[in-house]
Amino acid sequence: MPAAEPCAGPDQAALDETRLVAALRAGDEVAFVTLVERYHAGMIRLARLYVRDAAVAEEVAQEAWLGVLRGLGGFEARSSLKTWIFRIVINTARARAGREQRAIPFSAAGEAWAAGAEPAVEPQRFRGPDEQWPGGWVSFPPSWGQVPEQRLLAGEVRQVLSEAIDHLPPGQREVVILRDVQGWTAHEVCQALEVSDANQRVLLHRGRSKLRRGLAHYLAGE
Amino acid sequence: MTYPIGMTCQQLVELVTEYLEGTLAAEQRARFEEHLAACPGCADYVQQMRLTIRAAGQLAESSLEPRMREALLSVFRDWQRTG
Repeated sequence: MPAAEPCAGPDQAALDETRLVAALRAGDEVAFVTLVERYHAGMIRLARLYVRDAAVAEEVAQEAWLGVLRGLGGFEARSSLKTWIFRIVINTARARAGREQRAIPFSAAGEAWAAGAEPAVEPQRFRGPDEQWPGGWVSFPPSWGQVPEQRLLAGEVRQVLSEAIDHLPPGQREVVILRDVQGWTAHEVCQALEVSDANQRVLLHRGRSKLRRGLAHYLAGE
Repeated sequence: MTYPIGMTCQQLVELVTEYLEGTLAAEQRARFEEHLAACPGCADYVQQMRLTIRAAGQLAESSLEPRMREALLSVFRDWQRTG
């Protein structure tokens, strides 16, 4: 027997999902609660991309769970359970937004390129072409070195970060939420959002860069 | 040492995500790391990006309100009853 693994590998995750699906089909309430605790908050966050109202987003997430339960019989594990559930959320939210005539139309792929250059850091932070050391920092980004790790992960910073995410353009928000908040792989995000790997990375880069700026502003007055 | 070292700071900040994703070509990755080792400003910048990602990962752990939990359980029980 190998020593205990530090974390569950993909095979173990798949096994875990297979068990959960089987338990759910058998009507196991504990399995349902396990899934709800794992994904519900993220589902609401994702739904808010399409319906701005928080209460409506909660309804969408709830409706999506019903869709999950009803669709279980047809779930064939071609995609992971997680991607499958979130795709149901996206479809439910899009339908709801359409019904309410408040659709927020966007295409993540279009957004990745349409905006053109969107620098990670404001250009004026760097030395101009005629200066000494062109493209170098005018002054280094103020250090967060004095900020204790605990503070970074505590209430107020969470709030700042959460608001910064809410202010991202939809495609960037979608990718950042799935990758960095929900911890999805690049491959899973590309599948769920139907974007190319390169577009996924552009959106992630722009979104993350803005979040860093938001935190820098709050933590170091940058 | 001549300036710029590997690349400029302005170029580096645009490659951070590719660096962290492991999608930079080997030669570009070497220049990125060469610059990083020599530039405290960029080293701090990359560290701040890592911290930002870690902080975002903590947002997922919002707990479920009892009200919501009950509502979802009733969705589940209704579904069981009606198939």
